[in-house]
Amino acid sequence: MTHTLSVLLENKPGALARVSNMFARRGFNIESLAVGPTERPDVSRITLRVECDQHSLEQIEKQMHKLVNVLRVSELEPGETVERELALIKVAVTPERRPELLAVADTFKAHVADLGPEAMIFELVGPPDVLDSFEELVRPYGVKELVRTGRIALPRAASRRTPRPQHVLR
Amino acid sequence: MAKMLGSDAILRSLEAEGVDVMFGIPGGAILPTYDSIARGTSVRHVLARHEQGAGHMAEGYARASGRVGVAMATSGPGATNLVTPIADAWMDSTPLVCITGQVRTNLIGTDAFQEVDATGITLPIVKHSWLVQDVEELPHVMKAAFHVARTGRCGPVLVDVAKDVQEAAIDFRYPDGVDLPGWKPPHKVNARQLGEAARAIAAAEKPVLYVGGGVVNAEACEELRELAEAGGLPVVTTLMAKGAFPESHALHAGLPGMHGSKWANWAMNKCDLLIAVGSRFDDRVTGKLTAFAPGAQVIHLDVDAAEIGKLRHADIPVVGPLKLALAGLAREVGRLREEGAEGPSAWRTQIDEWRDAFPYRYDRDGDTLKPQTLLETLRDLTAGRDDVVWTTGVGQHQMWAMQYLVCDRPRSFITSGGLGTMGYGVPAAIGAKAARPDATVICVDGDGCFQMTCQELATAALEGLPIVTVVVNNGWLGMVRQWQEMFYAERFAQTHLTHQVPDYAMLAEAYGCAGFTVDSEDRLEETLDEALTCGRAAVVDARCDPEEKCFPMIPAGAAAIDILEYPEGETVDA
Repeated sequence: MTHTLSVLLENKPGALARVSNMFARRGFNIESLAVGPTERPDVSRITLRVECDQHSLEQIEKQMHKLVNVLRVSELEPGETVERELALIKVAVTPERRPELLAVADTFKAHVADLGPEAMIFELVGPPDVLDSFEELVRPYGVKELVRTGRIALPRAASRRTPRPQHVLR
Repeated sequence: MAKMLGSDAILRSLEAEGVDVMFGIPGGAILPTYDSIARGTSVRHVLARHEQGAGHMAEGYARASGRVGVAMATSGPGATNLVTPIADAWMDSTPLVCITGQVRTNLIGTDAFQEVDATGITLPIVKHSWLVQDVEELPHVMKAAFHVARTGRCGPVLVDVAKDVQEAAIDFRYPDGVDLPGWKPPHKVNARQLGEAARAIAAAEKPVLYVGGGVVNAEACEELRELAEAGGLPVVTTLMAKGAFPESHALHAGLPGMHGSKWANWAMNKCDLLIAVGSRFDDRVTGKLTAFAPGAQVIHLDVDAAEIGKLRHADIPVVGPLKLALAGLAREVGRLREEGAEGPSAWRTQIDEWRDAFPYRYDRDGDTLKPQTLLETLRDLTAGRDDVVWTTGVGQHQMWAMQYLVCDRPRSFITSGGLGTMGYGVPAAIGAKAARPDATVICVDGDGCFQMTCQELATAALEGLPIVTVVVNNGWLGMVRQWQEMFYAERFAQTHLTHQVPDYAMLAEAYGCAGFTVDSEDRLEETLDEALTCGRAAVVDARCDPEEKCFPMIPAGAAAIDILEYPEGETVDA
């Protein structure tokens, strides 16, 4: 099963290396990893996706807790989390087929980040499964290059007992 | 506040931490700090001949004293030579602060002369490490280094200090506390877990305490004894815990594992309640994990939460400092026992029967000196003494030392367990002697191990650290030879070292130590006694039967319950 972990760590040199090294040396596989600043300049947040069983997940959390730079480790429950990812996708397209491709992009609220004579680059932010769908739909045109940030996530603004905000795409 | 250089600040920090001895070798990038040593410090510096030796000395010092060991080396090869002791300290949870020089900050990352990424290389084998590039950070880093090394589960840390940082001026003040928001080792024990554990112990018919080195690190041996006596609980001590519970105590139930006794292994594997205390279900203890103690409920006490459930599910986990946990458990179990719960006397009788039925055995007949006889003689020569500290290398001799020596005190048996570092014995003995100058420190070594670090005899001779090394010289890499004989159809690939080269007694003399050679039982006791009383660093070359194998043995991957005894037909009770 795939789990999403949110890790707060001190913004210090080598802190990220210590986390990724622990995964490598204990044989745990990171599916995706996104790291960036938080509301506190001295703290970074890593959002990690790992495919593992419950036993391994416990080990991962405990081993990460032992790292001196790690401040907090929490698992983000799928239904209780807002998840987003950014993708840049360079799609091969001739001028004649541009309109139909733009129609697809419009449905997904994907933005055109760059345009060339034989290709265009789309920028899309959304839940990872929406990015998957968009990728699937533009693949027949010819995806020349693609990059995704890996997901970032936060627990929902409200606890599970209060109404959640509507699921909104950007 | 006092104006000084960064290098002085390192020494003043060590002094503030109460360090009395450190071990190391100077070199380019650590020269400023050695200059500070020359200008005066209360810390004694023991000059090793190889950084690996310095590291193992610091480990031996730490294990013998319970204090943090300190090793110092230069950048590049100095740092990489420390990697083995750091890994060893990591595996055996030995508190160690390693200080290395680093190239100047403006050269870091340029592949400068003697530059290696020391913090990078050691990343997987340290609790934490620091590359100090700003002298203002130095006092805080030193304080944090000692704090991290000795709190929670003990282990090694590395402080890598750029040369220009050592040369920079600082207004020095040693901080009172540390600012480590992410380092929060448990400091108390959950009362509910403790109560649950006590009730399970009181209710068990066949309980066993499975004690590891964590109890020694926690200075909790007294509390362990209180618990064992309160509950009438048999105590199995692992290699790392040899001496944590008196081996001559009626409740001591032997040492488990690959070359442990059959009865200790049976006690662990046939128990109904396994109380793991500061132990980690190492594969050399459990054998085939899925077949290990199949009928046992498990209570696991450890200060490191990550050890609990790592290899074996814990029915009752108890996370926290072992001193607190064991004291609380002893109180609670004592109370429950007084309320009428019965002690496991039938179970203890059963273990005693196994002990009588399956003693360590070997065949003493023959012309050659048996290594087991050598160890028995050493044991008898030192019987009743409370000033003896043993160290060992790794291999057959280590296992025979584990089997035949009797240790009744913690920190009296110092060995490389988890990493299995050949060459550990001699430098560890030197470190132990530096920590406890009044102790008689005896290194039981193998001939293969001895040759990996024997240059440190010079350190022993010149630093006035007279250790006695007994080389169990069978002329082979004995444990490897044993596996080749048993599992590789007697194809003895690259394991023959010979009894003759080098001549260990002559080598000892060349290093300024006393050298002795013995190859039969006739003069064995006399020779060992002479070495122990000569007042100098000494080496005894004890030439033993090259073909002797170490039994009992759990073949790798086999169930511990199926431990092999000394081959039938060749056995004589020892």
